[in-house]
Amino acid sequence: MVQKKFNTGYWAKDIVSTEEPKEYNTLNVGPTHPATHGVFQNVMLMDGEFIVSTEQTIGYIHRAFEKIAEHRPFYQITPLTDRLNYCSAPLNNMGWHMTVEKLLGIETPKRVDYLRIIVMELARIADHLICNTVIGVDSGALTGFTYLFQDREFIYEIYEEICGSRLTTNMGRIGGFERNFSPKAWEKIRHFLKSYPKNLKEFENLLMRNRIFMDRTINVGAFSAERALAYGFTGPNLRACGVDYDVRVMNPYSSYNEFEFDVPIGQSGDTYDRFMVRQEEMWQSLRIIEQAVAKLDQMDDKETYFAPDPRFVLPPKEKVYNNMEALIWHFKIVMGETDIPPGEVYHSIEAANGELGFYLVSDGGRTPSRLHFRRPCFIYYQAYPEMVIGNMLSDAVLTMSSMNVIAGELDA
Amino acid sequence: MYQINQERDNLVISKLTNQFGDAILDHELLTDMLCLTVQKGSLQNIMLFLHNDHELQYNFLTSLCGAHYPETNRLGVIYHLHSFANNHRIRIKTSTELEKPYISTITSIWPAANWQERETYDFFGIIFDGHPNLKRILNVDEMTSFPLRKDFPLEDQTREDKDDSMFGR
Repeated sequence: MVQKKFNTGYWAKDIVSTEEPKEYNTLNVGPTHPATHGVFQNVMLMDGEFIVSTEQTIGYIHRAFEKIAEHRPFYQITPLTDRLNYCSAPLNNMGWHMTVEKLLGIETPKRVDYLRIIVMELARIADHLICNTVIGVDSGALTGFTYLFQDREFIYEIYEEICGSRLTTNMGRIGGFERNFSPKAWEKIRHFLKSYPKNLKEFENLLMRNRIFMDRTINVGAFSAERALAYGFTGPNLRACGVDYDVRVMNPYSSYNEFEFDVPIGQSGDTYDRFMVRQEEMWQSLRIIEQAVAKLDQMDDKETYFAPDPRFVLPPKEKVYNNMEALIWHFKIVMGETDIPPGEVYHSIEAANGELGFYLVSDGGRTPSRLHFRRPCFIYYQAYPEMVIGNMLSDAVLTMSSMNVIAGELDA
Repeated sequence: MYQINQERDNLVISKLTNQFGDAILDHELLTDMLCLTVQKGSLQNIMLFLHNDHELQYNFLTSLCGAHYPETNRLGVIYHLHSFANNHRIRIKTSTELEKPYISTITSIWPAANWQERETYDFFGIIFDGHPNLKRILNVDEMTSFPLRKDFPLEDQTREDKDDSMFGR
């Protein structure tokens, strides 16, 4: 009987460094490539299927938001933040509003906080859902993607009920929301809470203990906690490495301290851990939304949806038509002539990808004198070469999709 | 609404002034965060001290960005540090003359600073001494200007019919 011979050493990681290469090939992944899920380029030096080195080129969709923001009144900056991480635009909107509220010293009513939490957690689910289903797609399992996208669609319908738009939402105003949630929106939120767990569970059953998926993801793109901290990782990517840093817990904003939820962490920081952390975070987000809905049900107040601060809240229409002062206020708000006190604030929220920070400097004018976005993608994507060198190309694709690099946030 | 940890702020101030003396130019509490202005010459040492000191433990570089102050003709760099162990954030500011825009790099302490320093160079023209790969990151390599400086116009530079001052910009 002839025994089949397998050279197991072939898959060993050190094949790149020990063997003298015959020939290296240069491979362009991007700027437009189905594997990058966004517009950015990787120039990879390949030894057969293995990556020897890689250099990233970014900036293809740079839109100079920081420069534009220096010339726009505060509420006109909200649509710019939409386009950072466009998979979870409401999170960026809320983060920006909270930054301005911190500068102005506006205290939001509890009801606004809870409404915001519902929207923010829906956005987190939508973002994680895209990331996790795309990990499935990149490892060859398209089914989960096509099934779960109906739920993303449903989340977008909820956005539509709340603010009228779907992808780049421009949701809410400084101090709260532009209108109260409609009965239809509540109906949809409650329906989502009922229908989504079933679908998510189904998706989980499809991949979580799937032999092929586990073989493709476990120990792929692993990263240690020390390196992750040095590289400024935040969010699910950092938690997958085993560090339980979550802004919602460390620096609670928007009444997150009243909610009960777990912060899931991984161990080895590989693709499977990142997948699992996001998966668990979706369950936790559902828990938070359920608590928020219950809290709102218990409240007697069903009408408050903005902070009573006249500087950014439009006066009621009938007053605008009949009252001189109200008309002046309306005009000032719409034209962006609101006076902002001079000051400096840094505010950060736990966005879907990590700590989204806004460093805002106001010199007292109608526009910020400096606004810097701390974009989590931009900071952790620089560790990508360290994560993939020595791996195979197909693993590098999975590593990238599990990091959830969003081109809009990367390039600002 | 937000918490201020006065005790920790004072500890940071006293430790840094003991260690570095005159290099700490100014400290103030801005909204909710302690903000220290330091001399650019001792920046690297101060950062290393904040990172390594067993009581302070500022292990995490949250963000790094530049700023342009046209009234003093200076360029600044602003660092946000976070100590996970103590859950405390501070802001460090340093500045340099526009004609001599040199500031030492902190990539050896936090590799996370690498791209952020490149971004700051790209937009403000601040040169980080000792940076391993200081080149433009978001703009094209051929660009000659530094667009986030205040003298760089937002609108098309070749057009004269548009006057921003008319719109209060």
